[in-house]
Amino acid sequence: MEKSIEQIKEEALKELEAASDSESIKDISVRYLGRKGAVTRFLRNISNLPLEIKPEAGKKANETKKTLEALFNKALKQFETSSYEVSGEIDVSLPGRAIHQGSLHPITQITHQICNIFIRLGFDVAEGPEVETDYYNFEALNIPKNHPARDMQDTFYISKNIVLRTHTSPTQPRIMEKQKPPVRIVAPGKVYRCDSDLTHTPMFHQVEGLLVDENVSFGDLKGILTTFVHQMFDEETSLRFRPSFFPFTEPSAEVDIRCVMCKGKGCRVCSNTGWLEVLGAGMVHPAVFENVGYNTTRYTGFAFGMGVERIAMLQYGIDDIRKCFENDLRFLRQF
Amino acid sequence: MKVSLNWLRKYVDVDLNIDDLADALTMVGLEVEAFSDRYDYLNSVVIGRIVEISPHPNADKLKLCFVDVGSNTIPVVCGAPNVKKDILAPCALPGTRLPKGTILEKSVIHGEVSEGMLCSEIELGLGANSDGIMELDRNLSVGDPLNQALGLSDFAIEIDLTPNRPDCLSIIGTAREIAGIQKTKVKYPEVRLPESFDDITNLTSVTIMDPDLCPRYAASLVFDVTVGESPFWLQDRLISVGLKPINNIVDITNFVMMETGQPLHAFDFDRLAENRIVVRTAKKGETLTTLDGKERQLDPEMLMICDGEKPVAIGGVMGGLYSEIEDSTTRILLESAYFDPVCIRKTSKKTGLNTDASHRFERGVDPDVTITALNRATQLIAEIGGGKLIKDAIDEYPNPIPDRIIHLSVKALNRRLGTRLDAIEIANYLKSIEFGVEIIDDDKLQVAPPSCRVDISRFEDIVEETARLYGYNNIETTYPLIPADHRQPLRKIDVRDRIKGLMIGLGFVEAINYSFISKLSCDRLELEPDDPRRHMVDILNPLSEDQSVMRTSLIPGLLETMNYNISVQNRNLKLFEIGNVFYNTGQEDSQPDEVEMLSCLWTGARVDSVWFSKEIKCDFYDLKGVVEELLMSMGIVNTLFTSMPPESCFYTKPGYSARIFVENDLIGLVGEIHPKVLHNYDLKQTAFIFELNFDQLTTLMPDTKSAQPIPKFPATSRDITLIINKNIEAFKILKGVENLDEELVENIYLFDVFEGDPIPAGKKSISVRITYRSSNETLEDDKVNHIHKNITDRLIEKFDATVPAE
Repeated sequence: MEKSIEQIKEEALKELEAASDSESIKDISVRYLGRKGAVTRFLRNISNLPLEIKPEAGKKANETKKTLEALFNKALKQFETSSYEVSGEIDVSLPGRAIHQGSLHPITQITHQICNIFIRLGFDVAEGPEVETDYYNFEALNIPKNHPARDMQDTFYISKNIVLRTHTSPTQPRIMEKQKPPVRIVAPGKVYRCDSDLTHTPMFHQVEGLLVDENVSFGDLKGILTTFVHQMFDEETSLRFRPSFFPFTEPSAEVDIRCVMCKGKGCRVCSNTGWLEVLGAGMVHPAVFENVGYNTTRYTGFAFGMGVERIAMLQYGIDDIRKCFENDLRFLRQF
Repeated sequence: MKVSLNWLRKYVDVDLNIDDLADALTMVGLEVEAFSDRYDYLNSVVIGRIVEISPHPNADKLKLCFVDVGSNTIPVVCGAPNVKKDILAPCALPGTRLPKGTILEKSVIHGEVSEGMLCSEIELGLGANSDGIMELDRNLSVGDPLNQALGLSDFAIEIDLTPNRPDCLSIIGTAREIAGIQKTKVKYPEVRLPESFDDITNLTSVTIMDPDLCPRYAASLVFDVTVGESPFWLQDRLISVGLKPINNIVDITNFVMMETGQPLHAFDFDRLAENRIVVRTAKKGETLTTLDGKERQLDPEMLMICDGEKPVAIGGVMGGLYSEIEDSTTRILLESAYFDPVCIRKTSKKTGLNTDASHRFERGVDPDVTITALNRATQLIAEIGGGKLIKDAIDEYPNPIPDRIIHLSVKALNRRLGTRLDAIEIANYLKSIEFGVEIIDDDKLQVAPPSCRVDISRFEDIVEETARLYGYNNIETTYPLIPADHRQPLRKIDVRDRIKGLMIGLGFVEAINYSFISKLSCDRLELEPDDPRRHMVDILNPLSEDQSVMRTSLIPGLLETMNYNISVQNRNLKLFEIGNVFYNTGQEDSQPDEVEMLSCLWTGARVDSVWFSKEIKCDFYDLKGVVEELLMSMGIVNTLFTSMPPESCFYTKPGYSARIFVENDLIGLVGEIHPKVLHNYDLKQTAFIFELNFDQLTTLMPDTKSAQPIPKFPATSRDITLIINKNIEAFKILKGVENLDEELVENIYLFDVFEGDPIPAGKKSISVRITYRSSNETLEDDKVNHIHKNITDRLIEKFDATVPAE
């Protein structure tokens, strides 16, 4: 009788233990598992064994083969790896070599966010001059000379009929003069008012919106602005529309949102009212349509405007609007 | 505007509590900014019982009382004659703010401790009595706050009125809105004129010379009046809305103005020359000393109230000092008028006088309330001032303002609002605020707004009235149908966003500076007298000298930002800004040219002092590299940097700045800030800037990109080192190779510049690597060597160069 499979295994393991390099392991592997190897031969001879022990012996032999194969491979890998061994190590805790990204101004980022919401809703983006004529800034918007509504905006004058635009609304008549309805635009930009304190800077940013078509209603205005607020803030933010006055819209509305800081409980930011004024809006006044030659019985439309700084301050928790224009690097890098 | 809830209650029953009332007013468009109980200060004034009285040891007129204030008994020094044991009286505790403004504190009076104050009516602002402490009803319970015990509460409500609602600049006007909210009615004050004497037409006359500016002027006369202090109730009403009592006559005019919204003016009849009124515009050179004691220069656009000789008041703005009501006045002419709003506004702006009267007139008072208000005031003067009323008022109203009738289509209203209201609902809303409404049929309404609603003139105004009473929040939220067609987006917005993205990728932080800068900026930039950037746009009414002109360059803003940052220890800055600059065209009263610019500033370190490197300062080539990368990433090629000619830029350092061209267009500059300019901006470290014309970049940036094939064959490269004259620009060598137009030359790359030993003085060595590649074969060495030698020889010849010894 030849050696038992257990004996073969034992011998193989002994030899493996003595092996000192990968070559000798390969050699051992051939001698046991190769075509003429001990395990292979044993397997080949199983067919000669008596029928009753054949299945058991075959099973054992196959298991041994697998075990040895695994052990040889493992030993081989160990020797191979060790041949590439490196000495020493680096301090991975040292800071990496910095590659600094710059950053967009928070006002730019919020302006993008606002415009992108309206672009998704099917609006185009337009721009207009920052130094405006009295006509576009006021008269075309139904704010005649010597009207108390002019006091609503402290105006910087360049000359008798030239002003720094006090709002982005002059974009409305400018666009409508060039384009027949339907009109759907948003117009971001810088605006100027001679006012400077904790909550006002003489330059700030607005985004204007205008939609004109047949059968546009105040309900539609509510719909668009509700979608906007839900996308800009979150779906839970509730809105309230209350009557107000802008000479270029009728009816006019102020749009308040539930205070994003206190969720309506009342806090310093919302002056304990639970509401924050974020938008002015309304149905375009027919006088504005008349000024640009639109048919006032056929078309209706709505317009809205918002202060970008106001929204940025809410979104980012900025407490002083003047920080937006100080350009302190420690401020700008936060966004 | 401030209104008092108690005063409002005179004209309307208020069912709502104060919170709901404030909310309801806000939601109909009268934004309530704040409200507070004006008797809150009485919270710390309690009912006290005087339990013991003894003489003050050190002062004859004072007494030392012990007052039971509920929680304990406190010593109080009191000088009132009527202080008695066991009476109840209000006792103010420390911390109380009394109506006159003093805050009560614990004190020591002539050596005796006083921990409170027994108060009189006048001290508490509850009456005119100043004779002694207020004696209170014995049934009140000791220790209770006085406002609770006496049921004193009056909310002062601050309303932020929009300019279209002058009708609400009065208590009755506000009451009308509350009635509208509650669907109740306003109770108007009844005017009963006392017995009158004589006939006004025998005593005075009113002549309106300019009925366009003064459509209506009414006057009445009251004689034998005693001018003096107003009764307490009248003073208290005025105080409750923030007005200061003056004397009974002036107080009555103010009271009626607050009640009805109609400003009134009382003249001393005996100070009116010829005892008559003439309404006319001022004559050139006329002056008037107004009530505030200032002499005013008048001009022919101003409407004046005159007597037989001279102006006595600026109509609708302010009275004159000479004819004002004084203690000695006995005969009064009372004015109630309607003035043209635009005229009043102009005058108010010109004189800088913004009075309660001008505020109302310029927004528009009710032209029909003129006589009601006059009668109301006349009645009160006769009652309070004890005068004798002269029979009938004068009412000059040559061209009555016509009533308005507005036609309303129910369908059109619903279409504008997105509602489904019917004619009756709409009519009810409008009637609730005193609009006259006639329903013609299901779709047609005829609406007559009340005379006080000067803001209502067309259909859309009626729509708003309906909407605000229906409630904006009750209008169903819908969505407009938006077709999918779209316009081509504005190219400059795309380009701007692209540039901003590239700049932040290059490590720059976006700044936004004010568009207005100091007039001195041009001098600080050392600009030449004829530099176009000196053609600035001046602001007529700047907030400060530092912000008095529109910028013609972004550089001053960036340098100021740099200065600010360094002052807060941010010494390494990489900033950029994109914004408009404004050039005065020289044409009068016209818009300037707006040009959009991109500017960038780099100062401080390129590499911070870190564990693997010392600090490395940024230099010209850092910023030039940024410009190159920016332009290349935008797809703008054929850029050229040429040395800035001397005398063409004074804010960059000569020899360290370059002009930037694309093709033949000058698009900007890059360079180091001139030391003098640094000094002008008080900067101690150098800075590098570039400026590019954004509008030009937008045009230059190609619309499309086209893919180039990836080379199929390998490249091979050869180096050349040339020793040339020091003053030959490196760029010329590169261009020199390019110009040889060898088709196999794929790329030229400068990898070394060297001066000094062993290179002879006045020379430099320059090394370039040329990459050769063919698009249809692998190049053989011989062929490349041949071309390379050819190139080398031609460069040697062209630049009078030598090659280094091997």
